[in-house]
Amino acid sequence: MSEETSQACQVADKWRKKRGSLIMALHEIQGIKGYVEFKDAMDLSERMNIPLARIYEVLTFYNFFKLVAPGKAVISVCTGTACYLKGNDKVLDKFKSELKIKEGESTADGLFHLQCVRCVGCCGLAPVCVVNGKTYGRMTPEQVPAILDEWREAFKEN
Amino acid sequence: MVDMAEINKRFDIHEIAKNKLAEIEKYICTIYCCHSTGCKSSGSDEIIALISQIVEENGLNEKIRVVATGCMGLCAQGPLIRVEIKGQKDLLFKRVDLDATADIMRQYVVPAIEAKGQAVLPANLERYVLSLDLPFFKKQEKVVLQNAGHLDPEDITEYMAHGGYLALEKALKTMSPKEVVDEIKKSGLRGRGGGGFSTGMKWELAAAVPTVDEKFIICNGDEGDPGAYMDRSILEGDPHAVIEGMMIAAYAIGATSGWFYVRAEYPLAVERLEKAIKACKKNRLLGNNIMGTDFCFNVDIRLGAGAFVCGEETALIHSIEGARGTPRPRPPYPTNKGLWEKPSCVNNVETLANVSKILLKGADWFASFGTETSKGTKVFALTGQVEHSGLIEVPMGTTINEIVNEIGGGVPMGKTLKAVQTGGPSGGVIPAEYMDMPVCYEELKKLGSIMGSGGMIVIDDSSDMVSLAKFYLDFTVDESCGKCAPCRIGGKQMLTLLDKINRGRGKKKDLELLKQIAFAMQKASLCGLGQTAPNPVLSTLRFYEKEYTNKLLDTPKEEK
Repeated sequence: MSEETSQACQVADKWRKKRGSLIMALHEIQGIKGYVEFKDAMDLSERMNIPLARIYEVLTFYNFFKLVAPGKAVISVCTGTACYLKGNDKVLDKFKSELKIKEGESTADGLFHLQCVRCVGCCGLAPVCVVNGKTYGRMTPEQVPAILDEWREAFKEN
Repeated sequence: MVDMAEINKRFDIHEIAKNKLAEIEKYICTIYCCHSTGCKSSGSDEIIALISQIVEENGLNEKIRVVATGCMGLCAQGPLIRVEIKGQKDLLFKRVDLDATADIMRQYVVPAIEAKGQAVLPANLERYVLSLDLPFFKKQEKVVLQNAGHLDPEDITEYMAHGGYLALEKALKTMSPKEVVDEIKKSGLRGRGGGGFSTGMKWELAAAVPTVDEKFIICNGDEGDPGAYMDRSILEGDPHAVIEGMMIAAYAIGATSGWFYVRAEYPLAVERLEKAIKACKKNRLLGNNIMGTDFCFNVDIRLGAGAFVCGEETALIHSIEGARGTPRPRPPYPTNKGLWEKPSCVNNVETLANVSKILLKGADWFASFGTETSKGTKVFALTGQVEHSGLIEVPMGTTINEIVNEIGGGVPMGKTLKAVQTGGPSGGVIPAEYMDMPVCYEELKKLGSIMGSGGMIVIDDSSDMVSLAKFYLDFTVDESCGKCAPCRIGGKQMLTLLDKINRGRGKKKDLELLKQIAFAMQKASLCGLGQTAPNPVLSTLRFYEKEYTNKLLDTPKEEK
């Protein structure tokens, strides 16, 4: 049994006695690993006594859950109304052309994952992008290469 | 022998409040640093650390209090810090960075304390000052947000020092549940999530259903409307107010436990709420025999997972149960059959945050704000093409002109106002001609928009309305749960037509078809998402039809 598997089991044991806790358990697994893979879902199914189909029903319904490992740096481009009005589509396009991927995809080197999110709630700073929890406000397409370099550097150091 | 009186005293909210007030009174200076998502993103964490470090260096720990607060409102100018020194005018500093903070501390605050209130702000720091006399601050009426920006949301004793949990005490010890319901009914409070149903009536319905084994109160914090962050700011800035409101609601309707449903995209709000609940438990404000009465109550948090439809109450209930967030037909309403088939009452965050204020100050006081049918105040997230973008609270009935041009400071960069959008993907646009319209549930409805949860987006003349309608429809189509055909298929078809028109391939009959599908969706969709999804299209079509016809193939182009 690998370490991850036991993590999913631990999470399942923590939540299984509480009512309606499947989503919370999935959140916790994604919080640890960044995504929920098949064997985690299997573990939850067994330990929490929930049919696997029901778990996938929930996993695929909600946008928040990821089924495959995202890149090391998850770039979330806000597509809320304020960001839309202030031209975040151009920032998104710049990310796409710089990384040569579409939204919802990861780069081949596994470094970046690009996604669109619905309003991160910093509308005062629009347009906004979030990379691994760090928020970049008042974005322009010109800033994109520098942000990518910043994260490339950060990963090089580690 | 344990001295019960002594233990009870430890949990006496009056005693805690008194001690905290005495402690606050000892300080000469208080520095409030905005510590909500907006300002945190602009670097307020480092700034707070630096301020604390400078206070420490100068040995002023007993004279200066540093408070990390919730949202102060003017998010676009963040990070914000407010400096209050006894004997000095309060000063608000905007867009401070680490250097500016160090200068403010070393050149102003520290000398001011030593000069015992006779310090002058150095001229080089004046550019950071934001006048507290701006209409942005003067024109607002803070009821729900009264504490946000004035106290540390993570410290329950500060909330008590500001009169926290007194309303709960009043309800539990001096009022019957029916009296609480009556008071809320009398205040005219209506649901702030968008629907605008009378909160008192909802509670009355929920209270009338007998509690067999369980009854739930649910707080809807699934603020999915893109461009709105009122609920997030309330939960981040004053979580105890929402918890207190929920406890009072629970007492009024006879609920046995409560559930908070909050978006997973709001980690800070969730964290503060969790801390607040923990603090309540520690102070015996949650659990059995609260405040020595028979009232027993507990709460739990459930996270959303990025589904807009979960703002709809039946979908939200399914999501709390751990299932797909799909709505179901009503009736039966949740007040009869809700969470786990038990009677449940669903209230919005802002609605609950109003409750304690109404009980303390009275229904008449609350009803003195607002219009004939819409009472109280409303929090708006004022965003888009506006100078002072941020979080505001105004009495119902304030005109759009006052909100956008006075509080918001107008449209920047010499552009002119074209319209204001309210209600997000379920709402519509209000053209600039209707600027003097008072903002309340009824007036907005007349123009084909809705109050919604409080997103107010300012649009200038550079924006194309067809694209805007497409933006919203894109959103609702993506977020449709797919359960009912009118919404699933209708939305998709409307989007295809809209795209065709936007690319200059549309014909006149496409506009007709668009309206027909919209009508079918409004009439036949299962839940509010589908019923209101055509609103942005219909509303822009109503006021800006020319922008649509100008894009058609078979219609002569007109000047705008």
